Amino acid sequence: MADRHPLFKPLILVGGLIFGFGLGFSHMARPEVVLNFLQFEDLGLVFVMFGAATVTGIAFAVMPRIREGAPLTGDRYERRLKPFDRNVVIGGAIFGVGWGLSGICPGAAYASLGVGNVTILWALAGMFLGAYAQGVWRSKTTGTDPATAGAD
Amino acid sequence: MVADLLAVQVAAELFPNGVSRYAVGGLLVGLGAVVIYLGTGIPVGASTFLESTLSYISDRRRFQQYVASRDWRVVFTLGIVLGAALFAATVQSGVVTTSLYEPGTTGQLYEVAGVTLWSTDVQPWRLFFGGILVGIGTRVGKGCTSGHGVCGVGSASKTSLVGVVTFILVAIGTAQLVSALGVSP
Repeated sequence: MADRHPLFKPLILVGGLIFGFGLGFSHMARPEVVLNFLQFEDLGLVFVMFGAATVTGIAFAVMPRIREGAPLTGDRYERRLKPFDRNVVIGGAIFGVGWGLSGICPGAAYASLGVGNVTILWALAGMFLGAYAQGVWRSKTTGTDPATAGAD
Repeated sequence: MVADLLAVQVAAELFPNGVSRYAVGGLLVGLGAVVIYLGTGIPVGASTFLESTLSYISDRRRFQQYVASRDWRVVFTLGIVLGAALFAATVQSGVVTTSLYEPGTTGQLYEVAGVTLWSTDVQPWRLFFGGILVGIGTRVGKGCTSGHGVCGVGSASKTSLVGVVTFILVAIGTAQLVSALGVSP
């Protein structure tokens, strides 16, 4: 990918900065606030997820109609569609137990480090261990992986 | 009049910290994703970073498939950390004040070199074991709260909607159970 546009990484960095600032501002970088949502003590998280999804939704709906491809990559503007199979439900359930236990998800964990939460390194270490374990396990079971690409 | 009072009371109970900090934060999260999408066509997610970064240290095919995207994913994640640090140095430190931001009372604030930082009270074992399950689950389930929850839902993707409903319901059940067992914080 050496032929990428020189502004590719700077733009990714700027996007990440806004993304991380938003996670900090919304207090999603605080596990306590996520746990309060899951225990119905403060439902504010709904506004974070749907506020964010509304903004992306507009871009995903509009851009493919007004431009052929993205200026920095030439990639076509498409929506984020992943094939459905039972892994979505199984993985979602495992993620749900982890999220409910810790109050932390990947993006929010990186942001948590940024707001000064050094204790979050425990969660980050856990995430890398988990991602590594599933990678090792799934490369052993490759071939039996159900690649049933259903309609999204 | 009575209906108004009822609405105010319900709002105060369900949203004790108001909604503006959540809504504004959410709009910024979406804006960050949109900035990247406009320039590159990439609908970003935060959890692929875990696997793509492992490709630097593991030769396994499972991780090597992310070699092409691993560099920019590191940049994206670095951006998230720095963006949150920028928030800490400005709004969290009180250098920038806005009525849209409710500081909250969770966790512990501490100061380093004039910057107000924040640290969690949630116990390390919860973060560690929760983190392991998050690491497994997001990768098996093809996305996390940003990939499925923000970009997937924004795409009206049925797969992502199923993923989001699944992890929210299971997380609610888990958090309620953990709380009922007396684990706090």
